[in-house]
Amino acid sequence: MLGEGIVKGLAETAKNFAGSFVSKERLTTVQYPEERVEPIENTRDFPFLVYDGSDPMAGLRCVACQICEKECPPKCIYITKSTDKKPDYVGKPQIYPARFDIDISVCMSCQICVEVCPFEAIKMDTEFELSTTDRFEGLILDREQLAKSNEYYNKIHPTEAAEVDARLAEEKAKVEAKAKAAAAAAAAKAAAPASGETTAKPAPQKDPAKEPGA
Amino acid sequence: MNFQALTLPEKLDQLFVFVQHWIMGFFPAHWQPLVGALVGVVGIVASFPAIFALTTVLERKGLGRMQNRLGPNRVGPLGIFQPVADGIKSLTKEDIVPVSADGVVHFLAPVVLVVAIFLGYASLPIGRNMVLVNIDAGLLFFFAVGASTELSIFMAGWSSRNKYSLLGAMRAVAQMISYEVPLLMSAIVAVMMTGSLSTVKIVEAQSGFTGIFPHWYVFTPWGFAGFVLFVIAALAETNRTPFDLPEGESELVAGYFTEYSGFKFALFFLGEYLGMMSIAGFGITLFLGGWGAPFSFLNFIPSWAWFFLKLLAALCFFIWLRGTLPRLRQDQLMNFAWKFMLPMTLLNLMVAAAWRFLGDSATGAWLRWVLCAGVLLLAYVGLGRVLMRKQRLGARSYRYAE
Amino acid sequence: MSTAAFKSYRPPVIEPSNEGELLEVAMGPHHPSTHGVFRMDVALDGEIVIKLKPVFGYLHRNHEKIAEKASYLASMPYTDRLDYFCSMTNNWAYAIAVEKLAGIEVPERAQYIRVITAELTRIQNHASAIGFLLQEMGASGTPLMYAFREREKILDIFEELSGSRMMCNYMRFGGCRVELPKDWLEKVAAIVDGLPRFIDEIEALLTGNEILMARTQGVGVLKPDLAVNAGITGPMLRATGVNYDIRKVDRYGIYDRFEFRVPLGDHGDIYDRYMVRVLEMRESVGILRQALKDVPAGPIVDPKQKVRGFRPKPGEAYGRIEGPKGELGFYLISDGSGNPYRYRVRPPSLINLTVLEDMCIGQNVADVVLTFGSVDIVLGEVDR
Repeated sequence: MLGEGIVKGLAETAKNFAGSFVSKERLTTVQYPEERVEPIENTRDFPFLVYDGSDPMAGLRCVACQICEKECPPKCIYITKSTDKKPDYVGKPQIYPARFDIDISVCMSCQICVEVCPFEAIKMDTEFELSTTDRFEGLILDREQLAKSNEYYNKIHPTEAAEVDARLAEEKAKVEAKAKAAAAAAAAKAAAPASGETTAKPAPQKDPAKEPGA
Repeated sequence: MNFQALTLPEKLDQLFVFVQHWIMGFFPAHWQPLVGALVGVVGIVASFPAIFALTTVLERKGLGRMQNRLGPNRVGPLGIFQPVADGIKSLTKEDIVPVSADGVVHFLAPVVLVVAIFLGYASLPIGRNMVLVNIDAGLLFFFAVGASTELSIFMAGWSSRNKYSLLGAMRAVAQMISYEVPLLMSAIVAVMMTGSLSTVKIVEAQSGFTGIFPHWYVFTPWGFAGFVLFVIAALAETNRTPFDLPEGESELVAGYFTEYSGFKFALFFLGEYLGMMSIAGFGITLFLGGWGAPFSFLNFIPSWAWFFLKLLAALCFFIWLRGTLPRLRQDQLMNFAWKFMLPMTLLNLMVAAAWRFLGDSATGAWLRWVLCAGVLLLAYVGLGRVLMRKQRLGARSYRYAE
Repeated sequence: MSTAAFKSYRPPVIEPSNEGELLEVAMGPHHPSTHGVFRMDVALDGEIVIKLKPVFGYLHRNHEKIAEKASYLASMPYTDRLDYFCSMTNNWAYAIAVEKLAGIEVPERAQYIRVITAELTRIQNHASAIGFLLQEMGASGTPLMYAFREREKILDIFEELSGSRMMCNYMRFGGCRVELPKDWLEKVAAIVDGLPRFIDEIEALLTGNEILMARTQGVGVLKPDLAVNAGITGPMLRATGVNYDIRKVDRYGIYDRFEFRVPLGDHGDIYDRYMVRVLEMRESVGILRQALKDVPAGPIVDPKQKVRGFRPKPGEAYGRIEGPKGELGFYLISDGSGNPYRYRVRPPSLINLTVLEDMCIGQNVADVVLTFGSVDIVLGEVDR
């Protein structure tokens, strides 16, 4: 009969109208500034730089290797290497970024910089309220703005950060053990005449394919 | 009538009438008709736009609820001051007139629309003894004035010098003129039964009760059919979904008022809703007993309250339709008017005449009920089926490939 | 129609009536229903379309050339932005092309996850396509909001998995980027269980609606021979009655393990396109149910696969999948360096849009908008 489908449709909207007063399923909106949805752990938007310890600039894990700058698809990372060196987390002197800028108006949050970084130095943030009054300068984040502590990283991505920390601790232990062995060997050599110079092992290079299978 | 002698419900019922008379009392006798009319006009010009404001927020919230969201809720508690914010916004917006537009006509179009629609309220009975002018041909006056809104719409579409506006205006004029016919024809049944074109008399004819049930025309076969047809034609007259093609935003951007902004746009908006309310008001008058209570034991509630409650219910129904239905196409709309609406209204006229002549003797009462309802139902089903088949429309079955 | 006939094929010509002149309207690029920036130069006789000239390219972003200058991996996030409704299937198509090029095997677990994400993508794409179609028909957004309500759940699941709702960038050459979060499969199963109810709701609201029937049946008809000759794929082709689904034809990934049917229309009009999408959603729910049952354990990505310094041997490969909108293909030529020598996308949106003129001429102007909506395009993919 003509009009049957229309009546059926009307019943459907009426059901939704009534349902919106009783069921969360039929009133799905979240009133944003007051209410917020549960943060999702894997969320990513823009990268930040991880630092260890209390001093952001001294503890930056980044060694300015410029891999991320090269791999970044939209080329929004700008790095200038330092001319001097500072010790990294295992104590080895490393170059650090004198300038590390990310233009987040260009960044497309693809996470490739995180994937290619061999030093666990750059990670994805979950902060999304980044509005600024200046769309040119305000959206270029420099290294002071990008640096966030490892504790913060642990807070926003607990599972991922725990894995990273465990891996780093393991490596550090390995390096320390090696350093100790080297020191012991050096001491032994120093005791002997015509000893060579002790050189620290090269910095640990991890397999960039980070995510462990299964 | 003496105000003091009335009971409390009657006092409430006649409150506005006595306020009018009280104000008139301050003026000399020969001024009184003018003052009375002015007071009435002020009342209507104040109250219906207020309902319009309420409707906009109701519409947005209702649509929101139908779509699983809240609707506006930021301005004031539960968003009820949203229309105030909207009003301020449209007042302070820049009024843009296209360079090549016909300035005078462009300016006049929204004014003509609102004026014509306000005129229609003159013969609308809002409550017992509450009608601005009780003319014998009240209904005719309303339809005559209502038809002049087409002029303003065409003025708007033509003067804008915009192709979308022109297409929208052409559609609007074609549609409104076509649907004027079934609108009138479906209203005529009520006139036939009452024997008068006066809106007041039509309401009074429906004000009796059998037991607790009222004598509304909608509770008769011809009245029900007339009411449904009237609603469909009214939707088309007021450019509401599913007949909102003149402003179909997915095709014509905004139709005839594409080039309007600021307060002129708000006037079009106001005019549209006022038109919707006036036509709903007349639908209520013709078929839903006007200001009469739906049950005899509810008579203590003032008549104007009933009218506005019914009006609100009608508006909610319009909103409900808007939230559900997609829009028709121009040629389908015309087909529907001439191939379905017109035959049905004509048949309904004949059925109403038959009803009248079969009389309501005790034995004939149920017979004429069955007869009239049967004829209408049969015609409806048959005509619907023929139309669907002719257009090759219908449910389909689908095959699958493995 | 033979191929030779197709070469000389011209869209139907309609003689305008002799009264008055034609009204030329430029619908778009800033028109409310052009899905972004697209222009149709329409010549109208009254409201009948006499000529229609689609104008593309407002959203051209040089995708292919950028990809030829970037490493293979760096193009992956760009494929998200082709058809931003279905980033998972875009990723998959590109991954398949590169895997073919470099001869990479994909672990079992990753295959299952790819199927699950692709079918979820198909459902949310079809749901929103129907919603937008009805929006075009003037249904004040109600079906669209219902579709978005379900889509939102699927996007949340995607965010949990990949970190982003729409720009997932999830697939990698030889597998997927990250391991599934805890309880992810259970959450997907819960959503899949709710989907049939949603499809029933959409059908109750729309399928029997007389206005929808009147607007869509017999409107925007595409003939099967023209569809085949013009290279139309996806729901639009199947609505004309041609049985062609790459999931069945190529059986890429692990689609040979699942049982599903391919719904076919008989008329090739807008209503058939709508119904084919609805029925495909139901089939996708079936595939998801089968896939979720037995996701094996194991590595998620080929462990030998390097993220950096990926250099496939010289050669060429064409990888294609049945995307929600049609055949999405990537054609790659490698010269042995770190970036493709040639990178070409076969976008279903663009190719399905080429017959717009044929479907619209002689129709009402309101049907142009509707036909355009029923093709289901994303301008990001059309203009690339």
